[in-house]
Amino acid sequence: MSTGNPVPAPPPAYDYRMPERHRLSRVGRWVFLASTIVGVVVLSALLYNVVNQAFGLVAIEAKLNPATLAVDGVPLERLSQDQLTAILQANVSKGLFRRLERDRPLALRTRDEVYDLVLERVVEPTIVETWSLTDSLLHRRDIEAGTAEAHPQAILSFRAWVNPDFVGAAQSSNPLIAGIRGAILGSLWMIGITIVLALPIGIGAAVYLEEYALDTWFNRIIQININNLAGVPSIIYGILGLAIFVRALEPVTSGSILGQAADPTTANGRTILAAGLTLGLLVLPLVIINAQEAIRAVPASLRQAAYGLGGTKWQTVWHHVLPNAVAGILTGTILAVSRAMGETAPLVVVGASTFITSDPTSIFSKFTALPIQIYQWTSRPQDEFRNLAAAAILVLLVLLLSLNAAAILLRNRYGRQGRYL
Amino acid sequence: MQIALRPGRSASLVPGGSPTAQSLGLRRHWRLGESLIQSFLFLSGALSVLTTIGIVVVLLRESLLFFRSPEVSLVEFLTGTTWQPHIGDFGIWPLAASTLITTGIAMLVAVPLGLCVAIYLSEYASDRTRGVIKPVLEMLAGVPTVVYGYFALTFMTPILRSILGRDVVEIYNMASGGIVMGILILPLISSISEDALNAVPRSLREASFAVGATRLETAVRVVVPAAVSGISAALILGLSRGIGETMIVALAVGAGPAFTFNPFKGAETMTGHIVRISGGDLSYGSIDYDSIFAIGLMLFLLTLTLNIISQTVVRRFREAYE
Repeated sequence: MSTGNPVPAPPPAYDYRMPERHRLSRVGRWVFLASTIVGVVVLSALLYNVVNQAFGLVAIEAKLNPATLAVDGVPLERLSQDQLTAILQANVSKGLFRRLERDRPLALRTRDEVYDLVLERVVEPTIVETWSLTDSLLHRRDIEAGTAEAHPQAILSFRAWVNPDFVGAAQSSNPLIAGIRGAILGSLWMIGITIVLALPIGIGAAVYLEEYALDTWFNRIIQININNLAGVPSIIYGILGLAIFVRALEPVTSGSILGQAADPTTANGRTILAAGLTLGLLVLPLVIINAQEAIRAVPASLRQAAYGLGGTKWQTVWHHVLPNAVAGILTGTILAVSRAMGETAPLVVVGASTFITSDPTSIFSKFTALPIQIYQWTSRPQDEFRNLAAAAILVLLVLLLSLNAAAILLRNRYGRQGRYL
Repeated sequence: MQIALRPGRSASLVPGGSPTAQSLGLRRHWRLGESLIQSFLFLSGALSVLTTIGIVVVLLRESLLFFRSPEVSLVEFLTGTTWQPHIGDFGIWPLAASTLITTGIAMLVAVPLGLCVAIYLSEYASDRTRGVIKPVLEMLAGVPTVVYGYFALTFMTPILRSILGRDVVEIYNMASGGIVMGILILPLISSISEDALNAVPRSLREASFAVGATRLETAVRVVVPAAVSGISAALILGLSRGIGETMIVALAVGAGPAFTFNPFKGAETMTGHIVRISGGDLSYGSIDYDSIFAIGLMLFLLTLTLNIISQTVVRRFREAYE
């Protein structure tokens, strides 16, 4: 600023409260930044909360100390099948032993199965208390002291609730041996049906709307309708599935029309097929909208070149449009499928089984699914089931993350190779 | 242009039946395969219309059965303040009120936060920050709602109870469910609003800076008003999402209809009630079975109206630049 000429006074409106306004602007910036950080903090809190519950100390009280079951100094874990069977026979009631034998003869079971039976029926460990991961790490001494006082018989051990046994074991009412194999299989079967329904029809509808549909009132209705369907709450789809697939189409969805109901005594429409179809309808609008965007991104010059060489409409679509849109379509489909995988409400309404220990064997089986399992375990008041729910949530999140990672990889890979994406 | 896009149509430009054109097959054939494929594609598109028709028919038919049954009257359904199926009281208000309260709390959380996040991302953040924040928000949006329900019950509720006192806040309460629902809606609102803010042309911001406005003034008084149609669409969509949200309220809000406006008490929302009723043994044709369709019809109409309003707002009030 030169000192010679007096600076003309700026118009009053111009420097009006300028420092104050700039201070306000800085405050605003911090407010916006803080709100953004809240989002990050919440996600961390959510993950922390799940991990915190999925690991931790557990106090277990056994009815019988496994050390007393050792035969000739050989510990329980290394006994042969015959010895284990003998222990079982000696320690459980006659009625129970006969029932086990009737379910499947013990001689025909594997050694590990008999060992599990001994653990479950003879040793009978029960959880008396569980602690979260942070408590276990920070207050271990207090916990040990408290447990020694309150449950002198109990053994305190650190337990990772999510472990290979948990993933591989069947559902059980005993939280120590409960697992999610049935739930994972149920989810996968269901997702399979969802894909079989939603992928071809979704792409078909997208191709129709983008390549074939003229601007008529009916086609406009289809487009508006798809946008609206994407906003319908998922529980409404559950109600639709209950009325249509479970009740009206019961002969089809229970498999009785093919004469192969999985379980004739409880044959009704509450099967994997009904649930998969319901989820298929649920994700269809998402698949269509994503596929439309991918198809729209294919440049018109490509189509014109194909037509120019005399290609028919379908030849153009099949050989030129779809191959160039496939990465986008698949990415969208994977995202839609991961949405279906986390859906709970429609499955509850369609009638997921609350307790099912056997694996699904066909699309006509009764079913449970990973989110259903989480819902049920969470809604039980006991702490140990909350731990199981947290472990199941971890498995579900890992599954979803890998699906999403696959989508991102796919997008990057074909994004680079594909000429027009 | 249209002719060039239509295969085989060029044959019609060739005057009648020259042998070469015939032998080359340039005339537009009727092809069985093509028509079959086109029919399949059309049916795929039409299936979505069938789905909507299916939803409407199913909901209306079973609701009609519900309202025809002697224990229920439409007036009682729309005005009654007790929902006690076992003594024949079917007033929707306890369920509707708790749906509105939880959604209201969710909006109180999600709207200010979501808008601030959107403004920060579109007006302030560097590319690097955006590269970190956006995936986090996408992850938040991708977490299954049942996980949020678990979070509400095992994290938010204990926090609320330790802050406000165990005798004030019940184990199952609307506040905790509402707050977590707000977190669920936040990414939805912020991402749609951010798109709207980004669509505002740069020239508007530059003009604002040029007349001496600060960054905050530019954001709040120029950019946000210019994007108001997109932002209000986002808010309405968030509202509709909250009303239809199920698992959070089923897990954290409670399992018994109660007509209360105290957010720290347990209640049951419309969606929560449907889930609880259908989770048990439900016999077809029972009044409970029919009642979930009546509640479902209310939900469907409510969310459909909101979605249509949101689409209309975008179409009608969009500020078109260029």
